[in-house]
Amino acid sequence: MKYYDPSFPLNRRTFLGKSAQGLGLAALANLLGPRQIFAAADTASASSKWTGVIKPLHFPAKAKRVIWLTMAGGPSHLELFDYKPKLAEMNGRPMPDSLTSGQQVAQLQGQQLVCFGPQFKFRRYGKCGAHFTELFPGVGSVADDICIVRSMTTEAINHDPAHTFMNTGTQIVGRPSMGSWATYGLGSECENLPGFVVLVSIGKGRSPQPIAARQWSAGFLPGRFQGVQLRGKGDPVLYLANPPGISRERQEDAFRSLRVLNSERDTVVDDPEISARIAQYEMAFQMQASVPELMDTDSEPASIRELYGCRPGDGSFASNCLLARRLAERGVRFIQLYHRDWDHHSQLREELPLKAKETDQACGALIRDLKQRGMLDETLVVWAGEFGRTPMAQTNKGSPGRDHHNKGFTVWLAGAGVKSGFSYGATDDLGYNAVENVVTVHDLHATMLHQLGIDHSRFTEKFQGLDWRLTGVEQANVVQDILA
Amino acid sequence: MHRMSPFSRKLLFAVSLAAGLSAGLAPAFAVEATQDIQFNRDIRPILSDKCFYCHGPDKNHRKAKLRLDVRDEALAKEAFVPGKPDDSELIHRIYTTDKDDQMPPPEAHKELTDAQKDLLKRWIAGGAVYQKHWAYELPVKPEVPPGANGIDYLVGERLQKIGMKPSPEADRRTLERRLHFDLVGIPPTPEEVTTFEKDSSQDAYDQLIDRLLASPHYGERMAIGWLDVVRFADTIGYHSDNPRNIWPYRDYVIQSFNENKPFDQFTREQLAGDLIAHPTQETRVASAFNRLLLTTEEGGAQPKDYEARMLTDRVRAIGAVWLGQTTGCAQCHDHKFDPFTQHDFYSLGAFFADIKEPIIGRREPGMLVPNDEQATELPKYRANAERLQNDYDSEHPELAGPFANWERVQREALAHDKYWTALRPSKSESAGGAKLTLKDDASILVSGNKPDKDTYTLRVDNLPTNSLAIRIEALPDDSLPSKGPGRSGNGNFVLTEVTARIARKNGVNQTIEFAAARAGFEQTQAIDKNPYHAWTAAAVIDRDIQGDNLGWAVSPEVNKRHQLVLQLARPLTLAEGEELVIGLEQNNGGGSHTLGHFRVAATADGGAADAALPEPLPEKIVDLLTIPGSADADSQNKLLAYFKQITPRLADLRTELAAAKKSQSDYEDSLPHCLVSVAMDEPRTVRLLPRGNWMIDDGDIMKPELPAFLTKDYPIPTDRRLTRLDLANWLVSPQNPLTARVIMNRMWQQFFGTGLSKVLDDIGTQGEPPRNPELLDWLACEFRDSGWDLKHMVRLMVTSRTYRQTSVTSKEMLARDPDNRELARQSRWRVDAELVRDNALSIAGMLNMKIGGPSAKPYQPAGYWENLNFPQRTYEADTDENQYRRGLYTWWQRSFLHPSMLAFDAPSREECTAERPRSNIPQQALVLLNDPTYVEAARVFAERIVKDGGQSPEDRVRWAWQQALMRQPDQKELTTLCDLVKKHAAEYSEDRTSAESLLKVGLNPVPDGMDTAELAAWTSVARVILNLHETITRS
Repeated sequence: MKYYDPSFPLNRRTFLGKSAQGLGLAALANLLGPRQIFAAADTASASSKWTGVIKPLHFPAKAKRVIWLTMAGGPSHLELFDYKPKLAEMNGRPMPDSLTSGQQVAQLQGQQLVCFGPQFKFRRYGKCGAHFTELFPGVGSVADDICIVRSMTTEAINHDPAHTFMNTGTQIVGRPSMGSWATYGLGSECENLPGFVVLVSIGKGRSPQPIAARQWSAGFLPGRFQGVQLRGKGDPVLYLANPPGISRERQEDAFRSLRVLNSERDTVVDDPEISARIAQYEMAFQMQASVPELMDTDSEPASIRELYGCRPGDGSFASNCLLARRLAERGVRFIQLYHRDWDHHSQLREELPLKAKETDQACGALIRDLKQRGMLDETLVVWAGEFGRTPMAQTNKGSPGRDHHNKGFTVWLAGAGVKSGFSYGATDDLGYNAVENVVTVHDLHATMLHQLGIDHSRFTEKFQGLDWRLTGVEQANVVQDILA
Repeated sequence: MHRMSPFSRKLLFAVSLAAGLSAGLAPAFAVEATQDIQFNRDIRPILSDKCFYCHGPDKNHRKAKLRLDVRDEALAKEAFVPGKPDDSELIHRIYTTDKDDQMPPPEAHKELTDAQKDLLKRWIAGGAVYQKHWAYELPVKPEVPPGANGIDYLVGERLQKIGMKPSPEADRRTLERRLHFDLVGIPPTPEEVTTFEKDSSQDAYDQLIDRLLASPHYGERMAIGWLDVVRFADTIGYHSDNPRNIWPYRDYVIQSFNENKPFDQFTREQLAGDLIAHPTQETRVASAFNRLLLTTEEGGAQPKDYEARMLTDRVRAIGAVWLGQTTGCAQCHDHKFDPFTQHDFYSLGAFFADIKEPIIGRREPGMLVPNDEQATELPKYRANAERLQNDYDSEHPELAGPFANWERVQREALAHDKYWTALRPSKSESAGGAKLTLKDDASILVSGNKPDKDTYTLRVDNLPTNSLAIRIEALPDDSLPSKGPGRSGNGNFVLTEVTARIARKNGVNQTIEFAAARAGFEQTQAIDKNPYHAWTAAAVIDRDIQGDNLGWAVSPEVNKRHQLVLQLARPLTLAEGEELVIGLEQNNGGGSHTLGHFRVAATADGGAADAALPEPLPEKIVDLLTIPGSADADSQNKLLAYFKQITPRLADLRTELAAAKKSQSDYEDSLPHCLVSVAMDEPRTVRLLPRGNWMIDDGDIMKPELPAFLTKDYPIPTDRRLTRLDLANWLVSPQNPLTARVIMNRMWQQFFGTGLSKVLDDIGTQGEPPRNPELLDWLACEFRDSGWDLKHMVRLMVTSRTYRQTSVTSKEMLARDPDNRELARQSRWRVDAELVRDNALSIAGMLNMKIGGPSAKPYQPAGYWENLNFPQRTYEADTDENQYRRGLYTWWQRSFLHPSMLAFDAPSREECTAERPRSNIPQQALVLLNDPTYVEAARVFAERIVKDGGQSPEDRVRWAWQQALMRQPDQKELTTLCDLVKKHAAEYSEDRTSAESLLKVGLNPVPDGMDTAELAAWTSVARVILNLHETITRS
């Protein structure tokens, strides 16, 4: 008998046939640990595809997926979304002690705190008359589709812990990021791409924020829920390309031989883990084809590339916005983009317009493009930095800028049942404290999970004796007021 | 109807909505109706998970003042009536369907199962007997018949009780492979397996274990888990994630395991290697343990914030490494489930308040850690430098005359100062936009914009009548690079031209001419393109005829006062309303070579105009030479010290001394360094932080204290502040109920796949009660009684029949005990990330067996570190034999751990990790198939197959199979690979370019004289073998 048959097709049905029955409880136990096994037992019936632990959903889901646009460094709400005439009036005068006394500052430690008026003009956009910076005409063109939240607060005031808090709901490292939570809870709708994808744009910035891989780590959840970074340069996924001299066909020969040999061993040792291994190799082989196809934005019409303002393969934020839409189309659950250059301690006037230019058109294009494809209704888009910036000037590093600020800043959301053309919350007259309808990071997470069909208070995972959840132990609220 | 509740309805058992806790923990196993109910095993897990959050140890969040973790208090609140479940409020509350009464409240999502409710009912019926939490009681050693292996005896007891039978012993090939992976982490050779298979002597197995325990690779294997749990990494972790010097600690760990250092000593050295009786280099390196935590260099980080983070990081580590307690919970409040209080948390943190370290910023280089050879070299460098320094410092009578002479000349030169009038410009400006600030002493300090070229224009109206000369002083200042006087990085400037004109009221200008220029010092460095052969004063008034980039400069005499005197062609007097406009042109352009601090003066005194100029002198020396009454001994000594630095008479000695110092410091820099613990005399003040909030700074001041609930019978010194050594002593004292259990539980996981108590970092009430508590206690006692002998315990485990069982099992067994918690067989698992690598390189014959040394950098995809910054970094893979080091030596970059390691679940080591997950994900396939490390291993393995594996494809496949798996392939396995090699050999012979490119992957040279198509085809076979599930599985 000829066991090695090159014509044997590598497709899902035949390839996974055995694993479907073979992936028993023990394999899952190894995969997940027994704690999850009860929840997951009924989900493992068909394939290596993960279908989530939240079954059934706690609520009907408005959002099938999330696209999170992270503006790393902390964009200035005071120049972009939160106009403060009083701050302009107070420009150059001391910041009232009543606001700043005893509060955290970062690089302004030990310095005089002086008001710094808004440096750019604001204007009205859309039918709703949303009021924000003249630097964002692109976002302005979709003003009637977005919901601006001007009353965000966060706990942390340095970049690294603030990112960790924004992504995992705690400043302690080693916890799962929200993309991992979402994929763990809901599974992926995509067979041949990871459920949680991260894109970090290649910038020309002067001091892009370092972003650690921990920001998309699965923490104590199993490794399969870790975010996978799609890179703008080199292999889009690490080790995706075949080695030199190995064609796709030869790689397939290797995969096929491995399936035969692993299956053969399984007949001797009867190890469910082998079936899982076979299924994972199948997924890897599929990714080797599906990821390059995904990355090939050349196939997009010129009009779409112009809409986003990107050149294929340039690794820019605009390119990544276009890729985000393509990932969304393919059923990826959680797509997180990073633009890394918003840390304007100095040269705010000079630098901010450049960063706006790098992101604004593509942000608007993404909303428009999702909408024209009927996808905006089921895609939750979030635009957020890890914190905002002080109403006080920072002048010890050259021309003026602003320091880190966590007491009030702005984010915006769009799609998936979030009110459109709507503004929510406010900071005080100087843009220092969020004072009206304050929204915490945990509230934002709770709201995001809610739109995905998950009750944040019931979505827990046992870790170090605690039922850990993305929204932490203190009270967190779904921001019902911004939901349509 | 139930009787009236003695409590207010809503309060009793009320669970806050914000609890964040929910259902999920099923009972570890069903309790048979006939079995006794044990509180610790059966009841506490339910109460802890469902009730303690609101009715447990945390007094601040307790609801209705009811606590269920202490029997007397529960009784006092009438929560239940022992023996009478039907009269017990607790039972009513858990069975009722009334949502207002129901416990746990529905909104807490902590539903009890029917089985759990039934258990609670039966427990109360049986008298509601409590037990102290098992882990807080000292372990008592169970009786084991003499001569029996306690493990086998206690496992056997349990199997018998539950009606299961052990599995037969695994075959010798499997045993040898298992032992190799578990004890040294490197697979055996086929020859070793054959020898063992054929060895019929009775002690063959024991001898194999002796050999493996004596191997220097044993320490490497054991180190992997330890390095995870102590979070050893090469970088600081936060934000910039920069490197730090720490690898000698890793080697200390390896060496300690190899020497079988008693675990109590191992503990003391790591926590307090600097405080023990006779600290050595080794124990100090061990104390690097206290420095392994995350640190930051982020600008704007607040010291108090990070002081709190570092304290909590360390307390969590003590909990994870030794106590098996989730101490982190008590950072913000008393522990919800365990008796660990917030007070315990911060007083434990106070043990580390003495560690000398920067809270924010770059770590210090650390202690020198020379090896034996270096330790004999180092004193030679030091002695040489010391000898020359002594020579230099000694009295030099021959200098007396020259010094006096020098002093006189300088004093005279400086004496003319009083004839110079400083000119305070009425206006001064910089053409390049720099900020010029006029100071009280009439000098001008430059700041702000820093153009490459600049011209300063000064307008002066207070010129002395009949001025004969203009003087420009270049002055140092602390605000300038290298302290100035210039603004370029090295403190230099080039004054390229000085112009002067008289501006009259009527707008007419008159150019002023200079007759001569001279300076106290002119730079003679970097003159190869300078036609003056010096950066000379003359060039300042040459009207740029030699080029406008030339002028007066002063390097290397920076941080000193310099003088340039320009003699006027004719005496100059300003009439009423006239101004002298002086232009200082600085057009060199070589990187902001502009003046940073200067002063302009004029004199009408002929003597001063012509006098010799003083040397460039530091400001302090100028003061000593000019301030009246500075001839005292102290001043004289300072002047002499300065004179020694400049006199040509000591030039040779100075050169020699500098060279000796440099070679000493170069040598020291080349030696290994390691961050270590150094105790400060004045420890930092530690305060309890309410809600863990570091901004609240009026919490109680905490001193080092051991957790009260664990130290009732422990003699704590009371006459002094406790130290880290006291902490270490308690951790490994016989009165500590936790440490031995925690270490044995982790060790068990290494050899059996799962801990006896499954949650390795939590044996508190939320952890899992051990499946076989007698076994864990027996191990803990044996460990402690053996003198904390790790190898003894390893030997006990791996020689046990329990360990030697086969891992192949029946479907029935698998269904009955899927996780192998009852130990009626061995377990099997994919090996750790480091061993996946070691195994492949070993099979290929490429593994570098060197032990210890700086971390290695295997191939890594380009751009993987792109998201790092401050500074941006490029990964440079090793290009020598370090490329083939064992996995545990991989450079551990916390924020971007090597992707091959990450794919196989190696932790980032940002937090203490007691147990790695074992995932099975597509990235593992991509790594093993496409990472150049594994492609190179495959092609080098293929080379061996072709050279040593015989001639026929069948022989070669058999040989290769033996190398990787130490067994014969079956027919299907053989045919599959023979077919593959035939197909690819045919293809590659038609496509040699592809074959050649495949064979170029990696640093290894392409072998000469081998058929490339054949080799490439066998590389395909080798790749498949290295990817097999069996290859990376320990069974």
